[in-house]
Amino acid sequence: MFKKFAWLEWKSFLRSASFGKSLGLKILMAFLALYFSAMFLFFGIALFPVLKKLYPEQDPLMVVNGFALAYFTFELIFRFLLQTLPVMDIKSLMVLPIKKKSVVHFVLFKSLYSFYNLLPLLLIVPFGLYCIVKQGYSLYGMLGWMTAMYSLTLCMNFLNFIIKKRFTENLKALIPVVATGIIIGLLDYFKLFDISGYFGDFLNTLFHNPYLAVIPVMLLLILYNWNLQNLKGKFYLDADLKGKSKAANTREFGWTRKFGSIAPFLQQDLKLIWRNKRPKTTIYLSFIFLAYGLIFYPNETYQGMPTFFVFVGIFITGIFMINFGQFVPSWDASYYQMIMAQNIPMRQYLASKMGLITFSVVVLAILSTPYVYFGWDILLLNLACALYNIGINIPILLFAGSFNKKRIDLDKSPFMNYQGTGASQWLVGLPLIFLPVLFFWVINKFVSYDAAVGFLAVLGLIGLLLRPNLLSFLTQRYRSRKYVMIEGFKQKGE
Amino acid sequence: MITATNLSKVYNGNKVLDIEHLNIPSGQNFGLVGNNGAGKTTFFSLLLDLIQPTTGNIFNKDITVSQSEDWKPFTSSFIDESFLIGYLTPEEYFYFIGDLRNRNKADIDSFLTRFDDFFNGEIIGRKKYLRDLSKGNQKKVGIVAALIGDPEVVILDEPFANLDPTTQIRLKKLLKELSHISGTTILISSHDLIHVTEVCDRIVVLDKGVIVRDMETSEATLNELEAYFSAEIAES
Repeated sequence: MFKKFAWLEWKSFLRSASFGKSLGLKILMAFLALYFSAMFLFFGIALFPVLKKLYPEQDPLMVVNGFALAYFTFELIFRFLLQTLPVMDIKSLMVLPIKKKSVVHFVLFKSLYSFYNLLPLLLIVPFGLYCIVKQGYSLYGMLGWMTAMYSLTLCMNFLNFIIKKRFTENLKALIPVVATGIIIGLLDYFKLFDISGYFGDFLNTLFHNPYLAVIPVMLLLILYNWNLQNLKGKFYLDADLKGKSKAANTREFGWTRKFGSIAPFLQQDLKLIWRNKRPKTTIYLSFIFLAYGLIFYPNETYQGMPTFFVFVGIFITGIFMINFGQFVPSWDASYYQMIMAQNIPMRQYLASKMGLITFSVVVLAILSTPYVYFGWDILLLNLACALYNIGINIPILLFAGSFNKKRIDLDKSPFMNYQGTGASQWLVGLPLIFLPVLFFWVINKFVSYDAAVGFLAVLGLIGLLLRPNLLSFLTQRYRSRKYVMIEGFKQKGE
Repeated sequence: MITATNLSKVYNGNKVLDIEHLNIPSGQNFGLVGNNGAGKTTFFSLLLDLIQPTTGNIFNKDITVSQSEDWKPFTSSFIDESFLIGYLTPEEYFYFIGDLRNRNKADIDSFLTRFDDFFNGEIIGRKKYLRDLSKGNQKKVGIVAALIGDPEVVILDEPFANLDPTTQIRLKKLLKELSHISGTTILISSHDLIHVTEVCDRIVVLDKGVIVRDMETSEATLNELEAYFSAEIAES
């Protein structure tokens, strides 16, 4: 059965509309993967000698164990942000004589077959071998230790699976998890409850009693089983239908009338965002990331590096732009044919999307004004970044959007549906953020801070003034891509 | 009103549509029939510029559809459910289409009262999103939305499929009135030979992309069509 599923997966990969696009991205990712593999391998080999040098009076293995919990926590966070979970279209499989269990097993096993599970191996195994071969640590002790560490790594894989599942279904469910994590972290930091110490002690004991490695392995099995039960319970078409009988929300967004000819589209987009889970998350994310500045502005380390603040400024005023804008026009995929056949000039369609995103940047810029607390220059910089976002980044994003031909199913069950929540999503955001950072860095270094801020603002203004021309260009672009998009959007599934 | 010349569409060396010349005069009720794969939906998609022709052109009121968007204001269509916006309620969807066709809310409200029977109380004021309606009710919404704003050309792909019998009869009446009273050009496709002969003034039969029959509807048409489509079975 597994062979059959693997065959299906392979076909859907080769035959999907986004094959070309994802292939390019995949090559880039492969390079990144090679780079990180090399880094981890190097680090794995060098870890023991380096630690010996840094903490000459301590046993390097004990030091590693002391840091293990912090390491796993970061691993979990990284996995949460970057790792894409496997997807499978179950509807067509439900009525076939296939055991539910084997489908779910397949999905869970597929998640193991991930680069993020290979990387830690490159760290753990060389370190372990170094300890055994060069330092004469007990063979069984180290084998037990390696088994434990890798089991814990895989535990993170499945823990992430569960958390992500909950996150897409209900954002609020994440709050207690994060809160508990922060509290434990703080207790640990202030030495009130030394949990990473206890965790380290456990690993130390484990080294001396290798049979204890059974505990992490058991934990792994428990987590696997939890996932299994969780997913199996969701193996119904109506698993997400509960809320559907609820009366429709008929909020009118009447105030959009003020925006003239693009008003109907604006209203329509607001409904799109408000009534569908997926785009709605982009709103929540925007508010969460608004607090992003708090990490950087008060921090002494960054005071001498205003370039960092450009990064922050672009991010907090443009987070909605990045998250929503990069999937234009895929949000409208399910009725794109209608948009194309109805009395909607392409130019107006694009203008309204630009309008909506511009509006979001303005709102976020206004909401970010309290940061004036950290200095007027920060406020000015944020406003310049907002201008840059409006003038330059929005057209760039819409241009990038013209390459989109992958459908987003707004009303699809969230069962294993994580379209666009992986590393590639962040890659698209890179030029949007690093271009202005680069401009700023160069001018700040060779001219002055004020000139650099001014330059970003002026670039934004130029973009704004040229918007009609940019719109014409984009309209051309979208018109010529129209047929490819329609064709691509028709393809359902991944 | 609508003219196709040298029109063809080729997919991977496979010619799925090949129309040398087809002219549909203004105000005609035009029916397209043919088995699966005959090219009906392909023709409609070409007419709406949703796909590109391999050769030839379609002119909608002398406008080349693949080169200008100017045909959009007077042409409306309903091909399938992908023309509906699932997260809107039916009313919102009608208002949205109305906005696009310069009709205000009051216009739409009075327009919709004409369809009270048609909707049978299952559509308006039910506070349901389009995606939660049944297939048949979705179809009703799509068809009625395609009539908003007095379009000169209305294109409906298989309007009778998925509808209940009563609604099918109502729809036939509606379509006949529309072309005879307000002079709208209506293009429909159907697998139901009885419906199409009742509604349409002219019927074109497509087979593998080629026009094989082109007839004005008369008493004899239904028999002729039935004879044509059963010929293959009789042969074997």
